[in-house]
Formats: sequence, C-alpha cells, structure tokens
Amino acid sequence: MVQNLNVFYGKQHVLKNISVDIPEKSITSIIGPSGCGKSTLLKSFNRLIDLMEGEICTGKVLFDGKNIFDEMIDITDLRKRIGLIAQTPNLLPMSIYGNIAYGPKIHGLKNKKELDQTIEDCLQAVGLWNEVKERLREPAIKLSIGQQQRLCLARALAVEPEVLLCDEPTSSLDPISAKVIEEHLFKLKKEYTIVFVTHTLRQARRLSDYVIFLYLGELIEQGPAEQFFTNPKDPRTKEYIEGIFG
Amino acid sequence: MNKGKLEESFFLGLMLFSILIVVGSLFAIFTVVILRGLPALSISMITQTPKGGYYLGKEGGILNAIVGSLFLAGGSTLLAILVSLPIALYIHEYLGRARIANFIRLSLDVLWGIPSIVYGAFSFTIMVSLRMRASLLWGIITVTLFLIPIMTRAMDEVFKMVPQKVKEASYALGSTRLETVAKIVTRQALPGIVTAVLLSFGRAIGDAASVLLTAGYTDSIPRSLFDPVATLPLAVFFQLGTPYPEVQQRAYASGFLLLILVMFFSIASRISAKKFMKYTIT
Repeated sequence: MVQNLNVFYGKQHVLKNISVDIPEKSITSIIGPSGCGKSTLLKSFNRLIDLMEGEICTGKVLFDGKNIFDEMIDITDLRKRIGLIAQTPNLLPMSIYGNIAYGPKIHGLKNKKELDQTIEDCLQAVGLWNEVKERLREPAIKLSIGQQQRLCLARALAVEPEVLLCDEPTSSLDPISAKVIEEHLFKLKKEYTIVFVTHTLRQARRLSDYVIFLYLGELIEQGPAEQFFTNPKDPRTKEYIEGIFG
Repeated sequence: MNKGKLEESFFLGLMLFSILIVVGSLFAIFTVVILRGLPALSISMITQTPKGGYYLGKEGGILNAIVGSLFLAGGSTLLAILVSLPIALYIHEYLGRARIANFIRLSLDVLWGIPSIVYGAFSFTIMVSLRMRASLLWGIITVTLFLIPIMTRAMDEVFKMVPQKVKEASYALGSTRLETVAKIVTRQALPGIVTAVLLSFGRAIGDAASVLLTAGYTDSIPRSLFDPVATLPLAVFFQLGTPYPEVQQRAYASGFLLLILVMFFSIASRISAKKFMKYTIT
C-alpha cells in the first residue's frame, strides 16, 4: 500500500503524490507512456531508487504494515522479500548455478544438498531445468536472452520473496520467449504478489487483475482490470486505451 | 576518390604507421639484445651466481639478480595489491561521485608522475634515520610505494567499467554493499584487475632507480628480508658500465633474460585472465 509517495531526482519531481493499493496474490500492472515514472514507482517498492543520484522520497510505502522508508527497516531483508526482474536480463558474472545460488548463499544457506535442491526447484518453476541441467556450471551469459530472463526470474524466486516486481521483463525478448515468461508469471501469481510494469496495453490486458495508470508522474486511475479496460472513469485513460496518445 | 574516403585512408595510414613504430621498436630492441647478448648467454648465466664480482666478473651467472628481481617484484606487487584494491574499491563504491574521490584520484595521478628515483630517495631517508641498511625489505617497501598509484588508478578505471545493472542485480537480491563489492564487482572486474596487476609487476621488475639506494646489490641470493638484494635492471646497469666488452655482452644477456621474464608473466596472466573472462557480463 502506498500513501502520498513523492519522489524527486534532484529538482525533478518524478512521482507526484501517488497513493495506491496493491492486492496480494494477483498481478497488478502499472501502465503509462514512457517517462511517466512507472519504473521509479516500481523501484521505490524495494528501495532500489536509493542507488540513484540525488533522489529524495517523501510519503510512505507500507509493506506488511511497516513503512519501508523507515530507518529501522532492514533493507537487505526488504529486498529479499521483494524480488525484482529487470527490463533486460541482468545476470551476475557467474555460472548458471552461481547466479541462483548467490541469493540463498548471502542469506545464510550453506548446506550443499539444500542449495542444489533450491536450484533445481527454481529452475523447474521457470521451465528451465530440462534445458540447462546438463550445463549448470557454464557461464550464464551463454544462454539465449529468453533463457537469461527466465534465469533471472528463477534467481529472484530462490530467495523466497513474497512480492515480485517486474520492470517490463519481456520488452527485450522475442515474442515467443515473452510468452513463456508471461505464462510463468501467470502461474506464479497463486503464490506471489506480482507488480508488473509494461507499456504494451495488450500485455496488461492479458495478464493483470488490477491496473494502475500513470501519466507524467501522476496517478490518473486505478482499478480492477475488467473495469479499467471496459469502462474507464477518467477521459485520459479512455484516450490512452484507445491509442489517441502514448 | 571523394573527400570522405581520402580522409578515411589517411587516418588509417596514420594509425598503421603508429602501430608500426611500436611493433618495430620492440622488434629492434629484441634484435639488438639478442645479437649482442647471445655470445654471453649460457646455461650458467641462469644457474650460477657471479664469480669474480658483479662489476668485473666474466664468469658465473646472474642467478642472484634473477631471484632477487623475482623476490622484489613479486613481494612488492603482492603488497601493492593489498593496499591498492581496497583504495580503488573505496573511492569507487563508497565515495561515489563525492568531491573527495576526485581529489584522491588527482593525488594518485601526481604520485604516478613522480620519478621512481624520488621514491628511492624518500625511502632512503627514512631507512637511514631508522639506522637500517639497504635490504630486500626496503626494496620491497620502496617499489610498493611507487606501484600503489599505478595499480590503484588502473583498478579504478576497471571498476568504472562494471555495469550498473550488475550491481543492481546483486542489491535487488538483498545483498549488502560489502557482499556486492566483494563477490560481484570484484568478480566482474577480475580480468581487468589481472591486467592492472600485470602492468604493475612489469614496472616493478623493470625499475632500477628506486632500488639503487634502498635494496643494495650483492653477489649472493638473499637469505632473509634484511639481506641486500640484486636486481636484473641494476645488473644490466653495472655490467654495461664496465670497460670490458665481455662484461658488456653479459649486460645484454641479462637484458634478454629480463625481457623473457616479463614476457612469460604477461602471457601467463593473459591466459589466466581469459579463464575468468568467460563469466564476465558484457
């Protein structure tokens, strides 16, 4: 749940007074034209915007009843519980095995058997196990880009998050790989709360249960997908859906 | 021919010419060193210590200098890594774009430009004031001092090349800054770090001026850190300075061995860097 979130990069006001509610165990899409603050909103959920130069946040993001901007929050724990899939596959400079093992390892999993099992489970969950089980020790960059993105998804799952943030995870993929990712996300929504940034409306319509529409840093409309696409309240939403701008 | 094409071929020619100068001079140095040194080159050169003194001796070998150079360059390179890697990581990952980072970089650049004889003189002053004698230890200290700016700046440039998204991937999984730096950034930068270390090692093994005052020279292989130590560049220097052509020949043979050593380490580290490179994210 987000209350009155404002984000500035230096003097630039990127997100203006955003308040949204994100339902659990379902897919919420954040849509809007490029540069409207979609990714910024997403990255404030796991405080990855902390890495940005000169960012200032005001307002609250409540997760599990606690404000994540609170100084008492353990940021590594927060990021463990809220996973991120980036726009382009962002592999670690390691083997396929190493990429997935990194997360559990830094959070204290040492038992080799358990680790192996986690890796198999995560790769199974994204349908990659049969494709790579023979070459787990090979460099991850040798995989095709679609496989890389699924590996990133598997890696995010390996630390047992509760929320998955996806920042246009299919925009750099070919249509077939994109479809595979979509299918897996659709399956995963039973167990995870998924927040999905996209700028393709068709994708939002296919996947989401709930939609948030941002325009120039402002929240224009939010609501259940069904209602959002068939009966938008705001005229700007209507125009955007009909393809008049954006 | 149109103007664009003419420009293109002009600058292409210029680049080829520059490459020719570099490759040509390397080739020329090799030729001279081999032609002049070959008569003096023998197995005993690399298996024996000098007989009849390093200055006038025409017999025996320069094992003392080979071993001495390896000890000195190896020791100081290791020591310099221990100092430089944390500095480079700190200015890069912890200071970020803070003004102090650029001030440190500027200081390192200035230090880089200081001739190694000045480092030698500096260490010599301290050494004498501590009432100590020229030794392997002081040689290593001096060389380490002048390696630090070279290595740190080279590593700094390497860390600049680590893509932001690789770091983000690590942070997004909930790792701390230390974990990200120690396990991900260093790993991604490893091939570059190897190059930086090699560059420094080359400078360490080839430098004569800084060890002239601090490491001394001897005919025997050092048995402890407090013994004086011979080095290849100084061997060349002393042998060339003699009036006897036979000893001068030995200088070229020593130079040849130095070249071979540097080349060996170059090739070895390049091969090992390749091994790590396969994981690197491009």
